[in-house]
Amino acid sequence: MAKITLDQLRHSYMPNPQRPDDWALKEMSQELRDGGAYALLGPSGCGKTTLLNLISGLLRPSHGRILFDGKDITEATPEQRNIAQVFQFPVIYDTMTVYDNLAFPLRNRGVPAAEVDKRVREVGAMLDLGHMLNKRASGLTADGKQKISLGRGLVRSDVNVIMFDEPLTVIDPHLKWILRSKLKELHHRIKRTMIYVTHDQTEALTFADQVVVMNNGEVVQVGTPIELFERPAHTFVGHFIGSPGMNVLPCSLDGGRVGFLGQPVDTTGSVSLANGSGKFELGVRPEFTHFESSGIPVEIVKAADVGRFRIVETRHGEHRIRLLVPEGQAMPSGTAHVRFDPKHTHVYRDGWLVN
Amino acid sequence: MTLELRHVAKSVAGNVHIHETNLTLEEGTFNVLLGTTLSGKTTLMQLMAGLDKPSSGEIWFRGQNVTGIAVQKRNVSMVYQQFINYPHLTVYENIASPLRVIGVEDAKIKERVGKVAELLRLAPMLQRKPAELSGGQQQRTAIARALVKDSDIILLDEPLANLDYKLREELRDELPRLFADRHCIVAYATTEPIEALLFGGNTATLHEGRVTQFGPTAAIYRQPNDLTSAQVFSDPPINTAPVTKANGRIQLDDGTNWPTPASVANAPDGQYMLAIRAHHITPFPQNGGTVMVEGRVLVAELSGSESVLHFDRGGRTWISQSHGVHPYEVGGTAKLYVDVGRSFLFGPDGQLVGGHA
Repeated sequence: MAKITLDQLRHSYMPNPQRPDDWALKEMSQELRDGGAYALLGPSGCGKTTLLNLISGLLRPSHGRILFDGKDITEATPEQRNIAQVFQFPVIYDTMTVYDNLAFPLRNRGVPAAEVDKRVREVGAMLDLGHMLNKRASGLTADGKQKISLGRGLVRSDVNVIMFDEPLTVIDPHLKWILRSKLKELHHRIKRTMIYVTHDQTEALTFADQVVVMNNGEVVQVGTPIELFERPAHTFVGHFIGSPGMNVLPCSLDGGRVGFLGQPVDTTGSVSLANGSGKFELGVRPEFTHFESSGIPVEIVKAADVGRFRIVETRHGEHRIRLLVPEGQAMPSGTAHVRFDPKHTHVYRDGWLVN
Repeated sequence: MTLELRHVAKSVAGNVHIHETNLTLEEGTFNVLLGTTLSGKTTLMQLMAGLDKPSSGEIWFRGQNVTGIAVQKRNVSMVYQQFINYPHLTVYENIASPLRVIGVEDAKIKERVGKVAELLRLAPMLQRKPAELSGGQQQRTAIARALVKDSDIILLDEPLANLDYKLREELRDELPRLFADRHCIVAYATTEPIEALLFGGNTATLHEGRVTQFGPTAAIYRQPNDLTSAQVFSDPPINTAPVTKANGRIQLDDGTNWPTPASVANAPDGQYMLAIRAHHITPFPQNGGTVMVEGRVLVAELSGSESVLHFDRGGRTWISQSHGVHPYEVGGTAKLYVDVGRSFLFGPDGQLVGGHA
């Protein structure tokens, strides 16, 4: 187990990076707590895999340092870093038994047979594989195979960090619930530093204590799931997290008073915007947007009933405003008025949260 | 004007892939085939397309038996999970290819490709090659190719499965619009209940090569006719527990009981299976008809907007899903409220006896 320090880290795949876009990973500094559960979350091409490969040693950074427990390992090989990795597709040996698959990473490092047996049985039991240790891996279902992959990542007790690269992408939804809760339970039990890379917000938010949100090679926010949901630091975070994402609307400032196309809007705290320059926007999540008898006039475009709630799309002129209406709650049709919950209405300047 | 599967079954080397199925898809409808991997969705689509022949039964289209007719002779388009485009052709030529095959004149091709590219927001990249596009754009190209000719049947086999979460959300929003003013029959295969709900239309639930139920999506979601259909159409998994109906009350194995709902009042006393969706079990009472249960907390997932709690109740793992942030200590005891008015009761044969609608 180790604390991981990323110190002014940045990386480019080009020999002579010039423009900001030449950097696959823009400069970042971050400390990952020993025993913490982290997620790297962002769309394809956001730099999360680059960051993962820098930590695992598959890539050497163009700039900056990586430290494990204060020790500089920037130049160390992947083997020297002592890391376990679990990939998107199960990496297992079909011809071996479940037991031998789990034992492989240990035997490979010359761990004594008695210790191997103890660890394999422990991990097998944790993943509910105990009853099939002597089965051939080839006969297992997709989730069974991915469980072995997870087991191989977890079986060594001496690793500094366990990294998961989109481990549930190929798993059916109902099995995802089971594997995800298993993984969460395992982290709770063994308290190892874990880094989970995904584009799926649900996986990131439910697994991690701290989520690192990335976009265009840049870390845009590091926070708990609650912080990311309630106070997105950037409109991108508001959009990317939440289904549907945050409503982002034009914002007018009239003597420090916040408004949306002439309608006054109450926002959280005292936002001092008198001297503001740049592009201002309002951000409010569909969860915090409600139908009221007065407020911003809208036209209801459609309502999709997803069981727990209806996702309602409305329009005010050319601007789309979405809201969620819980199951069983009445809602208007045709034209209506909406209001934003002031506690959860934020102002953004050039994309970044003001205050 | 329908596509009909009449007593269609498919076996390969003695293994049943599709049990005898009767299914009628109407013109101008969006039909979701919902089921897990290997439940038979792809096989069913291949039979519809004519890419595969049924072992028995017939396929009728617009009143004609088309069972033996090859896919080339049917007016069918298909989109797969893996984006399939011609790598050496531009996006324009990729989209145009089905029209070139049937000899449509250039001016007409230009008009049709332009229109569909506009619809799928591909207009600025028509001169690029697929490799220069993002995954979402590549899949939109494949979808555009399926839409460019006036196909009678469009089959989409998990077309969004390989896309980033947010892109998937965008395309889920766009897809129904693309078919809104067409007369074709659309079939869309997915493993995800949320997609069926978002698309509306009709849903067929599939399980182990059987269509367990088919009808309007919302009706199936709220009134599954058997436990299997309810399970296929629930994410998170639907919670279940054996219950006893006696003396006008429903009772769980731990003694917790409540008055028999009107919808099951006429069912005989005896053993049943209770099923209730995760969002109808919450950390606070929801409606009038709530009953408190206790369980040992296994996992608590807080996503910021909602809390998901996995807990052990009477030896079964139950899941509660609620809005807001409700922290729980793992290993501790949780009190949860079951909105029994929204529960289902299934008989020993798995058939719905009554409940939630």
